[in-house]
Formats: sequence, C-alpha cells, structure tokens
Amino acid sequence: MIGSARIAKRFQDLKADGRAGLVTFITAGDPNIEISSVILNQLPEAGADIIELGMPFSDPMADGPVIQASSQRALDNGASMIKTLNMVRNFRKNDSDTPIILMGYFNPIYIYGVAKFVTDATEAGVDGFIIVDLPPEEAEMREPVEQAGLSFIYLTSPTTDDQRLTVVVEHASGFVYYVSVTGITGTKSAATQDIKNALERLRRHTDLPIAVGFGIKTPEQAAAIGQHAEAVVVGSAFVSKVAENLGPDGRPQDGCAEAVLNLVRDIAGGLSAKN
Amino acid sequence: MSKLNTYKDGPGGDGHFGLFGGRYVAETLMPLILEVERAYDDAKDDQAFQAELRGYLENYVGRPSPLYFAERLTVKLGGAKIYFKREDLNHTGAHKVNNCLGQILLARKMGKNRVIAETGAGMHGVATATVCALFDIPCTIYMGTTDIDRQAPNVSRMEMLGAKIIPVTSGTGTLKDAMNDALRDWVANVESTYYLIGTVAGPHPYPAMVRDFQSIIGEETRAQIMEQEGRLPDSLIACVGGGSNALGLFYPFLDDEVRIIAVEASGKGIETGKHAASLNAGAPGVLHGNRTFLLQNDDGQIIDAHSISAGLDYPGIGPEHAWLHDIGRAEYVSITDQEAVEAFQTCTRLEGILPALESAHAIAHTIKIAGDLLDDHIMVLNMSGRGDKDMDSVVAYLESSKS
Repeated sequence: MIGSARIAKRFQDLKADGRAGLVTFITAGDPNIEISSVILNQLPEAGADIIELGMPFSDPMADGPVIQASSQRALDNGASMIKTLNMVRNFRKNDSDTPIILMGYFNPIYIYGVAKFVTDATEAGVDGFIIVDLPPEEAEMREPVEQAGLSFIYLTSPTTDDQRLTVVVEHASGFVYYVSVTGITGTKSAATQDIKNALERLRRHTDLPIAVGFGIKTPEQAAAIGQHAEAVVVGSAFVSKVAENLGPDGRPQDGCAEAVLNLVRDIAGGLSAKN
Repeated sequence: MSKLNTYKDGPGGDGHFGLFGGRYVAETLMPLILEVERAYDDAKDDQAFQAELRGYLENYVGRPSPLYFAERLTVKLGGAKIYFKREDLNHTGAHKVNNCLGQILLARKMGKNRVIAETGAGMHGVATATVCALFDIPCTIYMGTTDIDRQAPNVSRMEMLGAKIIPVTSGTGTLKDAMNDALRDWVANVESTYYLIGTVAGPHPYPAMVRDFQSIIGEETRAQIMEQEGRLPDSLIACVGGGSNALGLFYPFLDDEVRIIAVEASGKGIETGKHAASLNAGAPGVLHGNRTFLLQNDDGQIIDAHSISAGLDYPGIGPEHAWLHDIGRAEYVSITDQEAVEAFQTCTRLEGILPALESAHAIAHTIKIAGDLLDDHIMVLNMSGRGDKDMDSVVAYLESSKS
C-alpha cells in the first residue's frame, strides 16, 4: 500500500482510534543528514502519525525565520534533493505504515525534472507532496503525481473564499491542509474558535480529512485544535528544538535529536484522546 | 527566428509568456493576486483612471521626458547617431516613478491603506516612498543590508519621505532577499496591504501591468523620434535587471523593424561566477511568483547575483524578457562592472550627464558597437536613471582598482 492509499488508511485508523493525528514537519538534512535521519526514523515511535519532510530551498518565501534558518543549515551541510529521497528510502526499510509527504517549493523539483522526480520519489516511498508555490492554476505537477497514485495536497487559508475553495478542493487529494493564519510559518497563532468556524466552512466543500497548521507550538494548542480537525501540523516548534541544541560552532550537541523527539512525545500525548 | 504576427499580445489569460510567467505563489496570496488582476483590467479601460494618471505624469513627474541627441558621444564613437531617452530627468530621478504612480492609483482604487515594496538600488524605494507621501499612505520598504550600505543617499531620502525601511539580512542582503521578505510581509498582511512591485517580474498580472505603466517611455520615444528624424530608430538599447526600463522602451516597438538590445550585468565576468546575467548564464526556473531564467545550481537552489549596480543585482529577469530571448526577438548581451564604470566616466565627461550605474551598462555596450554602425543608423538608449546615488560606489571602485 503506497501513496494516497497509505494516507487514507492512516486517517481511517485515526478515526477508529477516535483521535486527531499529529503531522510533524522537519527539514530534511537539518542540522545535518545524520541527525536528521535519526530524528526522521524515530518520529513514528515518538508519536508522529504523518511526516512532512521539508525539501530545503534557498528562498523559502512562505516560511518564517525558524524554517528559513533550518533550510540554510541543511543546505550549508550538503542537503540535496537526492539526499532527501535517500532519507525516505532509508526510513521505508523499517516503516511501511507512516505516510511521508514532501513539502517545499517548486524550483528544485522543476530542475530535477518533474516526471523523474515523481518516479524517484514514488520508488523511495514518498506518499504525497505539498508544493507551496503551486496553486491549482499551475497544475504541471499534479497530473504525474495523480497518475503515480500519490497525493497532491493543497493548502487553503483564511483568504480562500467559497468560490475559490471550489477550485482548490476540486483537485485535492490525501487531505486538505488548512493554513490557520494569514502569514508565514511559525509566527502568529489563530484562535481556536476561528479555526472551528473555518473548518465548518471547509467541510461544506470537501469530505477529505483536514489537517490544520501554522502557529501551533504547544501540546495545549494542538489538543484544542485536535478537537475539531482530523490532524494537527506542528513544524517550527520542532525545528526550533534543533536550533536550540546547536553549539556555538553551529554543530549539533548531544541530545539534539532527543530534544526534538521529546517535544513530539509531549504534543502527541495531548492528542491521544478526543473528548 | 520564426516571425510572429505580433509580439505584443502576451501574456495569455493564465499569465504566461510562452513557457514563462505564471502565478507561482502561496494559496494565501492567490485571491489577492486575482483581485489585483481584476482591478487592473478595469483600470485599463477606465477613462477617469487613465486621465488621472496622465495628469500626474505630466505635471508631477514632468513628462514627456526629453529625447536628447548625444552629439559629443556620437562624434567620439564615430558611427551610429545616439539619442538618450532622458528618464533620469523624471521627478525622483529614474523611470521607476512611472510605474509607482500607476500602481498607487490602483492601490487607492482597491481601497488598500498600506503599501509595501522591495528595493535594490533604492530608486524604486524612493519612487514608492514619494507617491506614498503624495497620497498619504503608510509605506514600508524592504531593502537588503548590502544595498543599504552602498546606496546610503537613497535610504535617507526614503526616510525623509516618511517610509519605514526594513533592513533584510538574509542571503546576501540584496534585491532577491528584499523581495522574499516583502512577499512574507504581504502574506501576513494580505487584507490591508498592496505590494507595489518595482519591475516586470513577480506573479501575473505584475509583469504585464508594470510593462504597461512603463510603456509610456517607448510611446513617447516613438513620437519624439518621428518629430526629430522623421522615421523610427534602427535600434534600441537598455539595461536589464528585472527589466522594466528596457521593456518600457521596447514594447511599443516590438512589431517594428527595430533591432532590440538589452544589456545584463556580468559583474566581475561571467567566467568568475560573480555576475547577474540570468539570460546569458542562467536556466529556466521558478522564483518570486514566475517562471523565468534564473541563476541557480544543478539542485535548483538560487545563486546570489553580483553587480556593482544594486539595481541589476538580481538572479532573475522579467518573464517577458525570457520569452523575447527564447523566441529571438531581442538580443541579450552583458557588460562587466569595469566596463560600466568606464562608461559612467565617459558619459559624464562628454555629455555632462551623470548616468545611474544601471544605465551605464547600456552606455558601455553602445560604446562597444556604435563605431561599427553606419552614421545613418539611429540608436535610442534608455537613460533610465541619474547617477548621484552611485557616486560613493564609483569612487570606491576607482580607489580599489588603483591599489
């Protein structure tokens, strides 16, 4: 079972468990490939239900300072598209249940070659893509992804009006990612009531599961939003843990991976039961 | 090259010029970009809007800008007859204000009460701060720290005009990084804020809209050269960073038998890797909302550009230029820092005109080729801006090349 099917199965299982899933974002190769792989491989055990793996890009326009810095650290330490796929390939040796979504910007994929990238990513064990700068209007990647049986996951935001939601969800697969604030990653947080209202509107347009992200940093926030969404996305908070555990020379200190995984455990704990 | 019936009908409805252009932006921005497109489509046919814009261009900017026969340069080079389109004489000292006036009127029409912009050399920042002062709209300008250092006079001008300058430290602290942070601001303040992009780049409709607002340069040139020479020019030449002054001059002539030459900045030389020549040394890619030629490595990471001219120091180029290059309608050549500084001095001494370092790139290429052209060849060069802002850079460059 791969791709969209693996994602669907995970959401079915979460529903059966009666809880919201935790989607964890880390940047591939941050702070280096070795530590990043250790974190990735242990994420499911720490409580990640779905993994978003960021593909580092030199100009991450929708990201706040925390994820910008993580991209730069990864690139400075030799991250590349091929190494990102290798991390996934390695992960899949021991885990065939946890969906992996690659998240990032289009240019590195365009340069790799869209068709070749989708083929190589499928073979490596990737299940879906979130490409921040490919709105439905720029559809060149969606078709090969769908043909491969993988999901092309679209973002919606508070600015996405009803008319536009129709356009966005028409081609959505896997789940819908609701960006809960108008802004970049890791900055503002939305009020739970606003999110609840937004999700009600979104559900009038789609039956797909909804994951809510941007600005969710604590177990309490995650738990509150998990009451209303099928999944909660946390990213900058984990990436901050990486940054906090670097030495003055920028090298990772002992316990860097564990610090990230401990926060994953804390946040997953808050989602473990739906009221 | 295969000849098209017209080169002027782009972009298509989806914002593409052939392979290039488009709307590669985060979903949060899409509704607003569609709104800008609708508002601009309305404004194009709105007589009152166009009349108001014309009024400001005439009485505030001082248009039409002169078309000046550069006689001493012409005699010195001994070939083509060279005219300067004097955008440097516009209020604020460059072509940038043409576009800023158009967009500020649009922002008002859309009911936006805050303006943001990116700037490299500071000329677009100054022009934006100027129109924001004029219309009493708060404005925030993103500018890389490298550029703040080398364009200090423009920073003071913007602050005096009431703009808030946000120094951008990411990357190399130049135009690309300023544009990233302006886009991040826009995503966060999408309801209230209008993003006043300074060049023919970014997501659709910006490349087409900025081109249209700058096309007054070429339209005037057409009328002025007919009056002075009784015929169209044989060639046009302009510098390109993003490419708005060049496209403004070129666009009204795209369907005429006119040779079109655009000059990129090759910095310390293309072979050194320290340059800003995206068409001569880049490859197609996607950045800042559009597909165009970019300086990048083989993993799709953007490489920092280099040019002595802050206004050309950008790793991309407007998508319509990428298309004109692709179909062979325009020639894209390049000029080094050294050649630009020499041209800056030549022009100053011969004509008593201090050109912007950006415009000096176009002058340098003119110096290279004019002598080989017949003396009945008429060439129009876009003097896109004045060079007062560059005095420190030029002096520092000359000092360092002495040692």
